[in-house]
Amino acid sequence: MPDTVTQTPYIVDDPENMTFRLNRRTLADPDVFEREREAVFEQSWIYCGHESEIREPGDFATRNVCGRPVIFCRDSKGDIRVFLNACQHRAAQVCREPCGNTRRYNCFYHGWSYDRDGKLVGVPGEDSYPPGFDKNEFALAEPPQVDSYAGFWFVSFNPAAAPLEDYLAGAKEYIDLIVDQSPTRSMEVVQGTQEYDIRANWKLLVENSFDDYHLLTTHKTWLDYMKDSGVTVEPPAGQGLLLPSKGIGKGLGNGHAVIDNINFRGRPVARWISIYGEEAKPEIETIRKELIGRLGEERAARVADTNRNLVIFPNLVINDGSSVTIRAFWPVAVDQMRVTAWALGPVEESASARARRLDSFLTFYGPGGFATPDDVEALESVQAGLATWKEAQWSVMSRGMNKEGEQLNTDEEHLRAFWREWNRLMMAAL
Amino acid sequence: MNAASVTRTDIEDFLFEEAALLDEWRLDEWLDLLTEDAGYFVPSNDAPDSDHRNALFTIADDIHRIRARVKRLKDTEAHAEFPHSRTRRMIANVRILERDADEISVSANFTVYRYKRGAPLRMYVGRYRYRLKATSDGLRIAERRAILDPTELGPLGAVSFIL
Repeated sequence: MPDTVTQTPYIVDDPENMTFRLNRRTLADPDVFEREREAVFEQSWIYCGHESEIREPGDFATRNVCGRPVIFCRDSKGDIRVFLNACQHRAAQVCREPCGNTRRYNCFYHGWSYDRDGKLVGVPGEDSYPPGFDKNEFALAEPPQVDSYAGFWFVSFNPAAAPLEDYLAGAKEYIDLIVDQSPTRSMEVVQGTQEYDIRANWKLLVENSFDDYHLLTTHKTWLDYMKDSGVTVEPPAGQGLLLPSKGIGKGLGNGHAVIDNINFRGRPVARWISIYGEEAKPEIETIRKELIGRLGEERAARVADTNRNLVIFPNLVINDGSSVTIRAFWPVAVDQMRVTAWALGPVEESASARARRLDSFLTFYGPGGFATPDDVEALESVQAGLATWKEAQWSVMSRGMNKEGEQLNTDEEHLRAFWREWNRLMMAAL
Repeated sequence: MNAASVTRTDIEDFLFEEAALLDEWRLDEWLDLLTEDAGYFVPSNDAPDSDHRNALFTIADDIHRIRARVKRLKDTEAHAEFPHSRTRRMIANVRILERDADEISVSANFTVYRYKRGAPLRMYVGRYRYRLKATSDGLRIAERRAILDPTELGPLGAVSFIL
């Protein structure tokens, strides 16, 4: 198949001339979309679920990962497994519920059934198969690689993918900052899932999830709400009108990247703001004391006084700020994605602290929040504009390139880090 | 007004009036229908009967955030709703579930059609649960819960207007 990418590159990355441009076809061309399924998603480690979503032997949650229906579950010993959700007989799904607990995965079509370990245990009319038919050859299939870090489970459909820990590279430090919020390093996904579509290319949500350049203009009404609620939102000295102050943006290796900001919007663990109410002060103080006692002053401050928006390449975002949200998003078409978002909190959290966390989540995040709907609108507006990609071919992404060293959260080095890895994989697959 | 004497027709009239105010974006007048401690809730689609204190919702507003939501929606920089969506609400199957001296629990089915230029029609289908207070000024909303039937928001996208 001829490919014109050699004539018109996906990115122009020229540090010497302080230029970084993104070819808009990467977001709008259906051919690129088809290719990235193989070149990006099939090569990478992809988020599947959190250990807390399944706790007991036989617990399961059905998911769609890289276009495959999978069962994220605990086997008979309580170990986490991922099965491909397709009967070995005719491929019908053997589990059709969103979550639950089961002794058997039953295919209703012809009645084959599998135990919690994926082993085929029931075949109606088995004696009609010729001699040599062996049920042991028909266990539920599993992805080539399944592994976890700190409770977050990933799969890779690439048997040759590097080990997960190597893949996660610098992102591990930021996952550690999340799990350190629990006295036992045990976080849990809270009941209630936000699943919504955005009529935009999935990579636009990667950018948006940690693009602080858009905060003042896109989220003016949210900032007004914070100010009205008595939260101090100060423009940083010497940085124009962009918020928040002294945040940094950086790549973490392998396309992962982060913005790391001084907190000004409160944290359930553990920084009080006026929105929480006076009555919340003592409890937040207690949470903070526990942090300091366990981690020391410096590490406790690192956990409690900074906000981190983390992108784990390619399609997982963990925003650790006014609440913790896990957000995975899936390409549906070149101009459409499905977003799934969960709230995450320490397992030890009191009822009042949990309520505060969830309340805090909703002020900014989610399809009914004061900010996310405007992000959705922005991305859909971008996608509409991208229909001009053949004429208006390039997006500029060079903020901060004239600076040595540390880059601001409102610069674009972290966006470039994502795009460089995306481009590397796409070029490697040519 | 006495809760014991309120009829289903009274409640239908009230809900139809509320629907008209919301469809016409007369949001300050809508606020006048709420009690001073009102709540507005949209549970996550996969946890329709859960409690916002221990489950993630789409919307869980106390009266302060309801007022802040209205202020935001009136701002032309609430980009998701500028220009405003056009909505049309159909309220049906209104039932009185319970009542005591001053409060009435009500259930109603809804279909809310939402149109925006350049966007597909979005149809929000579900049921309302209200706690209505009978006051000297007439019925007032103490709690308003919009429970969606779709198993996920999916193509409905955001709930950026008042559902």
